[in-house]
Amino acid sequence: MEKDQHTHIVKYKTYVYVLIALLFMTFVSVIVTEIDLGPYTVTMALLLASIKSLLVLLIFMHLKFDKKFYGIMVASVFLLLACVIVITFMDYLYR
Amino acid sequence: MSETVNQHTEVSYLEYKGRFKGLFAWIFSTDHKRIGLLYLYSMLVLFSVAALLGLAMKIELIAPGKTIMDAQTYNSFFTLHGITMIFLIVVPGLPAVFGNFFLPIMIGAKDVAFPKLNLLSWWIYIIGAFIALSAQFLGDGPPDTGWTFYAPYSFRTGTNMLPAVTGAFVLGFSSIATGINFIVTVHRMRAPGMTWMKMPLFPWALYGTSWIQVLATPIVGVTLLMIVLERTMQIGFFDPALGGDPILYQHLFWIYSHPAVYIMILPAMGVISEIIPTFARKTIFGYKAIVVSTLAIAFVGYFVWGHHMFTSGMSGTALYTFSILTFFVAIPSAIKIFNWVATLHKASIDIQTPFLWALSFLFVFMVGGLSGMVLGALSTNVHLHDTAFVVAHFHFIVFGGTGYAFFGAIHYWYPKMFGRMYDKSWANIGLAIFFTGFNILYLPMFYLGMTGMPRRYYDYVDEFHGPNIVSSLGALLMISGLIIIITNLVRSAKHGEPAEADPWKGKTLEWTVASPPSLENFEEIPTVTKHPYGYE
Repeated sequence: MEKDQHTHIVKYKTYVYVLIALLFMTFVSVIVTEIDLGPYTVTMALLLASIKSLLVLLIFMHLKFDKKFYGIMVASVFLLLACVIVITFMDYLYR
Repeated sequence: MSETVNQHTEVSYLEYKGRFKGLFAWIFSTDHKRIGLLYLYSMLVLFSVAALLGLAMKIELIAPGKTIMDAQTYNSFFTLHGITMIFLIVVPGLPAVFGNFFLPIMIGAKDVAFPKLNLLSWWIYIIGAFIALSAQFLGDGPPDTGWTFYAPYSFRTGTNMLPAVTGAFVLGFSSIATGINFIVTVHRMRAPGMTWMKMPLFPWALYGTSWIQVLATPIVGVTLLMIVLERTMQIGFFDPALGGDPILYQHLFWIYSHPAVYIMILPAMGVISEIIPTFARKTIFGYKAIVVSTLAIAFVGYFVWGHHMFTSGMSGTALYTFSILTFFVAIPSAIKIFNWVATLHKASIDIQTPFLWALSFLFVFMVGGLSGMVLGALSTNVHLHDTAFVVAHFHFIVFGGTGYAFFGAIHYWYPKMFGRMYDKSWANIGLAIFFTGFNILYLPMFYLGMTGMPRRYYDYVDEFHGPNIVSSLGALLMISGLIIIITNLVRSAKHGEPAEADPWKGKTLEWTVASPPSLENFEEIPTVTKHPYGYE
């Protein structure tokens, strides 16, 4: 188990940049609700949320510096949830 | 399977004296075996209550009109029966009891990866159970929505909904924690030499189940939280009057609750995959096909939730997409059935109680599965939706699948868990009565549903009287069988004959340790060199 453990120190500055990016996208996701995007409202909201969670996973949770295997596992889960969301909204699109 | 033979010189986990004494030695124990038994005892109590509620409902239905309870009480009874059976027994059941007890032993580990998290899972389970059941006794009367909490009724009913929904929400954390624990245990703690393709099928089933628990449970957690917010703050997620969509609730609920059916059934299939080769004295047929079908069921099971909503008002495109996907999930399930039957072909079968449970499972599960195909087809579903047919199908799958596998598992692993053997004659008599009662109870409900009797009604028209009498008498017979089975098991824990380490001549690792096992299972971690079912 020991051999798998390694530390990666992320620069303080990077965390600040990510924080700013997260705050910016939160601001955008609020602003975007004012625009009528029709059926794409949900797509936009989910896209912004996905980018935000990706930043948290990659930088704050160190997925970027971890083994590729964990990346593949997380990507599979994202893909699964994406399929679930697409199938759900297919109902709304065609109703 | 292993070349290491344990000498069984250590004190058993039942006799081990730790930091605490008496009850505290159990409720604060981080030993996976004791935690498994804590779940077993908790579920035994809850199951007895929920089964009696079911019996009371069947007595109510023995004649048209009011028999022993009014409509509102009946509504509360089927709600409590459903919540208890689903959230407290069937979903956690096999992983929490037998997964906890046997996963580490079957993969050659001393415990699960996170023992303290494991104990926390049980505590969360108990807290969730208390919160959910408190709904029956507090506030404005017991909930009457059914276990599905469908919107918009669930936030409009005047009954005591919040504790029931909150309880189900809390129980989700227990499920997620157990799932994470099992995934890490399987990845990190397999004995030397136990490659993925040398892992027994019950751990494989638990592994597939754990992924569903981790990925699907948060969705229902958030959905239940949305119900709480809708009721308390009138936000407008699901209430059409506030701009919400009640069908969205059904989507979110079934995105979890259909995969939850696979949380219930995959471990059951794992149990059957253990019992059949042991009593057939034969290597399981198509080991890899069973592994792949386990993962395929776990995966495809995510995309079929819409078949619960064929009459909800979904779009036509969604309807036929879900119907096609539903038929896909039958393929891996059928692969398993064919593999089990092929294992029995030309086998030297030793007919013992666990094997009889496995055979009964095959029969009732196939009836349940094939009736599921009837419900998966759009044309027939519209006719049968919300009728007694659905109740019969559901009980054949969930009680007939998970329930039979649970009883099969306890009769299979009982000598290992308690170090004593139950009375085999009484066990077989109990099974015969239970099986007969089960079929008399649920088969007429297929007929009742096809002729139009709706479910969740305490009353019916006179035309349905005859089959309802038969069904209610079946319930009485089934409960009599259950009493015999449970009494025999409880009594034998103290008075049964001492059991050998390997009474069934099984080949997996749990049969290489003492009965009951020592605190750390193995004095020396075994090295695995052979296939788990090497009978030939």
